[in-house]
Amino acid sequence: MGTIQPKVSEPVSEELALVQAAKGGDVGAFEELVKRYDRNVFRIAQHITQNREDAEDVVQDAFLKAYTNLGQFQGQSKFYTWLVRIAVNEALMRLRRRRPERMVSLDEDVKTEDDSVPREVADWAPNPEQLYTQGELQDILTRTIQGLPPSFRTVFVLRDVEGLSTEETADALNLSIPAVKSRLLRARLQLRERLSRYFKKRNGGDGNQ
Amino acid sequence: MKCSEFLQELTNYLDGVIDARTKSELEDHLAWCHNCYVVCDTTKKTIEIYRDSKLYELPDDLRGRLRSAIMSKCQKKKAGTEPA
Repeated sequence: MGTIQPKVSEPVSEELALVQAAKGGDVGAFEELVKRYDRNVFRIAQHITQNREDAEDVVQDAFLKAYTNLGQFQGQSKFYTWLVRIAVNEALMRLRRRRPERMVSLDEDVKTEDDSVPREVADWAPNPEQLYTQGELQDILTRTIQGLPPSFRTVFVLRDVEGLSTEETADALNLSIPAVKSRLLRARLQLRERLSRYFKKRNGGDGNQ
Repeated sequence: MKCSEFLQELTNYLDGVIDARTKSELEDHLAWCHNCYVVCDTTKKTIEIYRDSKLYELPDDLRGRLRSAIMSKCQKKKAGTEPA
């Protein structure tokens, strides 16, 4: 069984040149950075906040904050990882505002009963995503990921959707590497469990049983 | 290897960050344990489905509006910090 291949990242030196130019007052260079990462920041923000309006605000505030604090970016991490850290903080702040009754923290290591023990072990139909229309599939994926605690959702999105490495995710979220790995495993298993309800082979249906 | 031990290594296995000996132990387990094979295979598919989904794509018109708003705020910020 093959492994999951990480996404190929952009050349770092070209990016650092843009950051340097932006630090020196070149707003056009900063706009290039916005163009490069606005889609990613929007996706991350919407995954965390689960709210379109909040996600729009997060994109604006995160980039403005990055621009204002460019002087503090030391280049020890990639610009993107630094930007993601700002965006995640903004998104969590908005989520807390909207759900003050619930503690929203990246530190929460939610223990649900046996959440890591697979119960659903039926094989999936071949090409399960083709069992549904594009709209239905998006709805299933959205509802499924919404059910994860924010700390799991965030780790899953950064690692598996955005393709950050474990180290970059730990850096962006200020978590230890074992904490990232533990949340990622549980997030993946919980999503798998829930998606199985939609994608498993059915007798007499699309499966071959 | 027990199923619980297999699960503990699942993330490292899927990410390909695992030593050769553990990898071969995991693959031995996968060869006879159908349940773990299914869990491993469907976890991999879960990741691929989310990665390939167009969930929360930024529409072009909104993208344009957001970028204008961001750049206009940056310009104002720049003007505010420059000496008159």
